Amino acid sequence: MTFRKYLVLAGITVFSTAGDSLLARGMKDLGSVSLHNFSGLLLSILNPFVATGILLLLAFFSCYMSALSWADLTYVLPATSLGYVLVALIAHFSFHEEISPTRWLGIALIAAGVGFVAVGPSVTPGRQHQDSRDVGRDTVSQEVNS
Amino acid sequence: MNEIYAWAAIGLIILASTTGDVLLSYSMKRVGDVGELWKRRGVLAVVGRVLATPTFALGLMAMGIAFYSLLFGLSWGNLSLVVPASASLTFVANAVAARLFLHERVGRRRWIAALLVAGGVVLMAV
Repeated sequence: MTFRKYLVLAGITVFSTAGDSLLARGMKDLGSVSLHNFSGLLLSILNPFVATGILLLLAFFSCYMSALSWADLTYVLPATSLGYVLVALIAHFSFHEEISPTRWLGIALIAAGVGFVAVGPSVTPGRQHQDSRDVGRDTVSQEVNS
Repeated sequence: MNEIYAWAAIGLIILASTTGDVLLSYSMKRVGDVGELWKRRGVLAVVGRVLATPTFALGLMAMGIAFYSLLFGLSWGNLSLVVPASASLTFVANAVAARLFLHERVGRRRWIAALLVAGGVVLMAV
């Protein structure tokens, strides 16, 4: 695990959280959208909050796919849950929202879970990994030969 | 009756999103280290190779089904039931599926982590 890889994992947390928050903020501006005014749903992309939110969620998806290309699913998934913690902490320290003891306990459990996984190995050595390296080598050699 | 529908939707969300995560993870392992590929061949090679992986499209479809199941579930059950129940159980289901289908080494450390995170997500939503 290099520093760049940790940055990608941090990107998963930050982009998904920021993206979801901006989408929620934008949809609140637009009011309730039902299937009856479908054009409203399409036009919601024009809202700057919604548009930025979608861009951030695309960034999240790129980071997520990148992480899955070099780490196990069971290693990457806990990182996605850190967003809940991030939202709660921002709400507490920036907007001075009260956090109940149950939520603090939840924050502690999630942080402990992420920590448990993060100190372990990031990828299972073996067939899957070997496969991907072979596939990579094959494509490169094909390119060189052609 | 609504409760049965809500739990049916929760089951569907868990099934679909676990299938999606496993398929996407499988696809990306086939593609190989994206960072390396980008450095050697550029970003277009990365995008092309990901899109050329058939299981990637299947994974996206499963994620789409999960998203619509969530909308369906939210129309039958409470936000405070459907979201935490499906999110936390998905963590556990993913650990099982990753071990079964992706042959990941899910040791005691990762089991504990999956359960801690699942519990934490429930508590955050209460």
